[in-house]
Amino acid sequence: MPLLKRGTLHPISLVVDGVEVTGHAEPRMLLVDFLRRVLGATGTHVGCEHGICGACTIRLDGEPARACLLLAVQADGRRVDTVEGLASADGALSVLQDAFHRHFALQCGFCTPGMLMTLQGFLEDNPDPTKDQVRAALSGNICRCTGYSEIVDATLDAAARLRNQDQAATNPT
Amino acid sequence: MSETKETSVAEGKYVGRPVLRVEDGPLLRGRGQFIDDLPEKPTTLHAAILRSPHPHAEIMAIDAGEALALPGVHAVITGQDIKPLTTPLIVGFKNEMDYRGIALDRVRYVGEPVAIACAADRYKAEDALDLIKVTYKPLPAVVDPVEAAGDDAPVLHPEQGSNVVSRRVFTHGAPDGAFAGAPHTAEMTVRYPRNALTPMETYAIVAEYLEDSAMYDVISNFQGPFSVHTVMALGLKTATGKLRHRSPVNSGGSFGSKLTIFPYVVLMCVAARLTGRPVKWIEDRLENLSAANSAPNRVTTVEAAFDDDGMVSALRFENWDDHGAYLRAPMPAPIYRMHGLSTNGYTIPNLEVTNHIMVTNKCPTGAVRGFGGPQLYFAIERMMQKIALTLGLDPLDVIRRNLIPAGSFPHRTAAGALLDSGDYQKTIAETVAGGGLDELKRRRDAARAEGRLYGIGYATAVEPSQSNMGYISTLKTGKEREEAGPKDGAVASAQVMVDALGSVTVVGDSVPQGQGHQTTLAQIVADELGLRPEDITVNLETDTHKDGWSIAAGNYACRFAPAATSAVHVAAVRVRDKLARIASQNLNVAPEDVEFKDAMIRARDNPQNALPFYRVGGLAHWSPLSLPEGMESGVREAVSWNAPELTPTNANDEINTSLAYGFAFDFCGVDINRDTGTVRIDHYVTAHDCGTILNPGLAEGQIRGSFAAAIGATLFEEFVYGEDGSFLTGTYADYLVPTAPEMPELSLIEPTVHPSPFTRLGAKGIAEGNQFTTPVCIANAVADALGREDITIPLTPSKVAGWIHPEEAPPPSDMPTVKAPPPRKGRALSGGGETFVPVPPAEVWRLLLDPRTLAQVIPGCHELEQTGENAYRAVVDAGVGPVRGRFEANIRLSDLVEGESIGLSGEMLGPLGSSSGGGTVRLAARDGGTAVGYRYDVHVAGKVAAVGGRMLDGAARILIGQFFEALIRQAGGGQGAPTEGWWRRLLKAMGLAP
Amino acid sequence: MKPAEFDYLGAESPDEALDALGRHGEDARVLAGGQSLMAMLNMRLASQQILIDIGRIEPWRYVRADGGVIEVGAGTTQAELLAWPDLAAKAPLLAKALPHVGHLQTRSRGTVCGSLCHADPSSELPLCLAVLGGEVVLKSAKGSRTLAAKDFQTGMLSTARKPDEIAVAARFPVARAGTGYAFEEVTRRHGDFAIVAVAAAVSGPSVRVAVGGVADRPMVREWTGLTEADMADALNGLAWEMGGFDDIHATARYRRELVRRIGARVIEEARTCRS
Repeated sequence: MPLLKRGTLHPISLVVDGVEVTGHAEPRMLLVDFLRRVLGATGTHVGCEHGICGACTIRLDGEPARACLLLAVQADGRRVDTVEGLASADGALSVLQDAFHRHFALQCGFCTPGMLMTLQGFLEDNPDPTKDQVRAALSGNICRCTGYSEIVDATLDAAARLRNQDQAATNPT
Repeated sequence: MSETKETSVAEGKYVGRPVLRVEDGPLLRGRGQFIDDLPEKPTTLHAAILRSPHPHAEIMAIDAGEALALPGVHAVITGQDIKPLTTPLIVGFKNEMDYRGIALDRVRYVGEPVAIACAADRYKAEDALDLIKVTYKPLPAVVDPVEAAGDDAPVLHPEQGSNVVSRRVFTHGAPDGAFAGAPHTAEMTVRYPRNALTPMETYAIVAEYLEDSAMYDVISNFQGPFSVHTVMALGLKTATGKLRHRSPVNSGGSFGSKLTIFPYVVLMCVAARLTGRPVKWIEDRLENLSAANSAPNRVTTVEAAFDDDGMVSALRFENWDDHGAYLRAPMPAPIYRMHGLSTNGYTIPNLEVTNHIMVTNKCPTGAVRGFGGPQLYFAIERMMQKIALTLGLDPLDVIRRNLIPAGSFPHRTAAGALLDSGDYQKTIAETVAGGGLDELKRRRDAARAEGRLYGIGYATAVEPSQSNMGYISTLKTGKEREEAGPKDGAVASAQVMVDALGSVTVVGDSVPQGQGHQTTLAQIVADELGLRPEDITVNLETDTHKDGWSIAAGNYACRFAPAATSAVHVAAVRVRDKLARIASQNLNVAPEDVEFKDAMIRARDNPQNALPFYRVGGLAHWSPLSLPEGMESGVREAVSWNAPELTPTNANDEINTSLAYGFAFDFCGVDINRDTGTVRIDHYVTAHDCGTILNPGLAEGQIRGSFAAAIGATLFEEFVYGEDGSFLTGTYADYLVPTAPEMPELSLIEPTVHPSPFTRLGAKGIAEGNQFTTPVCIANAVADALGREDITIPLTPSKVAGWIHPEEAPPPSDMPTVKAPPPRKGRALSGGGETFVPVPPAEVWRLLLDPRTLAQVIPGCHELEQTGENAYRAVVDAGVGPVRGRFEANIRLSDLVEGESIGLSGEMLGPLGSSSGGGTVRLAARDGGTAVGYRYDVHVAGKVAAVGGRMLDGAARILIGQFFEALIRQAGGGQGAPTEGWWRRLLKAMGLAP
Repeated sequence: MKPAEFDYLGAESPDEALDALGRHGEDARVLAGGQSLMAMLNMRLASQQILIDIGRIEPWRYVRADGGVIEVGAGTTQAELLAWPDLAAKAPLLAKALPHVGHLQTRSRGTVCGSLCHADPSSELPLCLAVLGGEVVLKSAKGSRTLAAKDFQTGMLSTARKPDEIAVAARFPVARAGTGYAFEEVTRRHGDFAIVAVAAAVSGPSVRVAVGGVADRPMVREWTGLTEADMADALNGLAWEMGGFDDIHATARYRRELVRRIGARVIEEARTCRS
């Protein structure tokens, strides 16, 4: 890769929520700013810009990551998944999103995108988590509104529903 | 929230049910409309704010030349630019402080705005900040509110003449007589720390100046109260109509904090006017933690007079309420908002309250969920426990017998609050039974039998909601109040409209930040009009040019449940009555015999005799002539609702501070780890009687959210300042907020509710209760576990361990020196040591006084010039690991004793912060070389202190180590040293060498 | 909170990274997972002329056990090491300590070598490397060298890595039969930097213990044949020798107290879990 010089814009191509997109960024531009300001994908939020609050959590090539601790240029050629890609193409909420809704697991909703992206990956790796495992998985996401218990309940509920779906899919009646 | 929860609600009604939120869809999909998500005009400039690294200093000069030369930077605006276009921002009483949201000629807290850079984007704006040079003359700082009143304390505002900006003594009943005649009295002093709820979305503003109409056009996440709109307009020297303020659909939490965005609104308005462009400012987290908002910290001495049964006859408070460097409207409101509740829910008839409103070198205060309650109830409920301990009674018995008896509501408290409804004893009885207090006592006894530190705590609180807009006048004297004219009430505004095809739209003034107001209002209106919540569109964006609004508008002090819902309810009822009259013509029944159900308007005794809702609503639009005679066309009811119970402060300073008063009771068990001092909450029970529950899902969310915030305040959160005024908690790694693993389980009891007779739906606020009860409930439990009176929060493990650990084991006898550093005062780095340089003292002396050598040995020194006799200016790149920054240093040598000792003093300043201090270096001949002894005492301020505090001691040691290693190299390597190993070993022992 | 300007090189091979670092020296900073560096860049606590990103260098992403040593490449993340199937059997101490490193979303990016190079006195991985007596492999365009843990970390945020070197691998000795390993830390919250962290390896009468969070780097002591009373004295001596420091989270005295109390517990746990 050539040296990317400061103060100049460099093309960046990546797949965001399944769609191939291109934009331009200086080397120093943070991925979260690139998503929001260059691509207009404002679903990912900026909460602390020092990697603690988790509001900007996205998935980079499938792994949860803080978009405030990544440069846009680092995402070149990679896959980025954000909250905006969670619902299905027909608009139906994902099982996890729906569980958040039914459990009153969001209030102001500012931390919610990061919560969902953390948990989406977590549930793929841990389909049958304990309450404490869910809590530990959430230790990198701050919510100031809910007190977390509704979020934990929603996650356990979503996990159960996802397991049932899988079971139904593997044991067709 | 379980989906199947049974709720006792009227059949067919939505109010009272856990209706799912209409707000959720966009938020879950990442399609929220927070300010920073909205499109911006292409000409928009982005602002970044240069902030003071000093707690207290005069601004001698600001040089923005280099910053302005940077491409993309459009303006650098200072206090002197702001001054001509503004007047000082007013507060609720006359004072001499000149506060405009930005420093004029003096900074008074770390983080105070000094200059605003406006650039093409935020990155460039921050580049500009790095290039602005400010020359400061540091002044001594004061951070303790009691010390700030002392004669020798530095005065923050010389024009004001004192740091005590307001002092009032209130006497209700006859406290002196009660204390004189009481069988027992007790006294204790409690301290409540600084904290805030730091919402996940920070302050956000886009301001524009429309030159042709001389109009400031602003969108921000300001939350109200809109009385502060008048403060902004007056500050901008413009008519209120020339300041248009809008708020967006979504606001990412506030918990009070977004009230004090208003000085920044003023600043960005002026910036927009001066640049001729829209200016956008999104506060970042470092700004938010250091300079946005904090609850006032308070020192309270509380005294109680009581009899042998623990019945309290009088309370006396002396409060030192610390508001930081300036008062911002509506400060000092928190202490006055709670004035009527100075006796909590107790029958105590006699009361004396002395309030000192203090300024100190800290961030100015603002609204924080709980708003004065946590500070007050911490004092009262700690005292109730002390009274029980004094008399050997059960603390819960003392609480119970002092509470206002059932059947005596409404009850007027000593200081004037009119407690509307409740049955406090019943709430306690239901909570004790439902929450398992007997079982908890058994757990405690078993734990104690095992030698564990286990305690139980209790706390009660009256939860006020909907503030009386007149309460802040209580801090004025009766005479001043008379001159100013009456202030009272709390107006709520709402509109309910039905359009030509029967769609219903609701507009309200509640400015939510996630509380689910749209859902609740839709429930209320749906019930009145026989529709479903999803049929109702609720728009709570605000626009001061288009909405009906009053000074009380906004989201604060649990205003929504009692007031905003009342206004909407009145409007909905009026719409229903109008539609009933229209329908009654066609249905041939009296309007009072018409009912609204399933989107039909029909005769109550003959459901077949019916009209669709939309047809009746439409008639008022399509055929005004068909309406009953004298009826206005259209269906649009605009309501301005006020509560007559909110009367002004009377001549005796009695004030009904709020409209509706709920009641909360908590108890808990804590288990304290003897090794680590960690306070584990073993069992926590809370109950709230807050009148009618409008939506149990939302109500439970408010309680759980408040509990989490209170756990934060009790165990984790504090804005820490050093004694020198330095700010030490600048990141989320320093200001610790609880995350999911830290949250204990909460046992939530649903007691019998007692609806308020003063609100339309009987609802009271529910969002603040645990801010009041939880900190003191846990403190009481810790006091019970440890048998200790002086309990301060946050209960950090280190602090608690200091209370329980016995005297420390001494160092082993064969250890010659112990290098435990002295306790630190804030961000002062003190230290010292000794090293060996392998040349004689005369040579070391020569090296130290030679500017060329100094330039070689000072780590990272780029330039060094002599600016006078024994005075140098240097440019230094200082840092450790990746943390590195450029500083300009001024160094002075003094007290020179040739070949023996030198005094050093100086300052360093750079974008990372500033430091100032001094030290001494002593030389002594040893083994053909020189033993160099040194001591230093350095104050560090600004970013590096606020965000890098953990690293500073180590960094200082590393830099000093580098200095001496370089000096030793200059002196000729290890030549002539007794052995290289000897001094390497010494450096190693000091942690200065590997 | 936006970084100052810098150039960026997304190196695609070890040589490209080492050459660039050789040319830019002190002006360059190696960017691996970025979980500490990026935060410091955003706060403008750090400012670099050029970032050399090694995250795309596939040959540096590996975990392998070879000749009694587990070698972890420069690009390997903490999450990858935690997911390594042999971890619990071959490195039980790392299996215990790694879940305490940051959070899910930081372990997925943060690298093992990056954590060692950052050299935070409170962090878990330098502590583990120290107590296990591991090594760091440093490489430059001119050659490579291997440093023992004790010679690598020289102080707070400071290592013996020269400006043109990259820590290309960390080497942790494979757990030995008959040795027990234990780890415990006291933090304010889940995932925070430790106030005090203690790791121990106990084999027969031999005790090797390391303490983080008290001195400016992990301190290691090895004791043999101590009685229980001797052990208390030894921990007390270690506590006083390190001294500790006051910060907003804890006092120096608290840190020393935890060394005595947690230290004894961790050593005892290591003794009882010997395989």
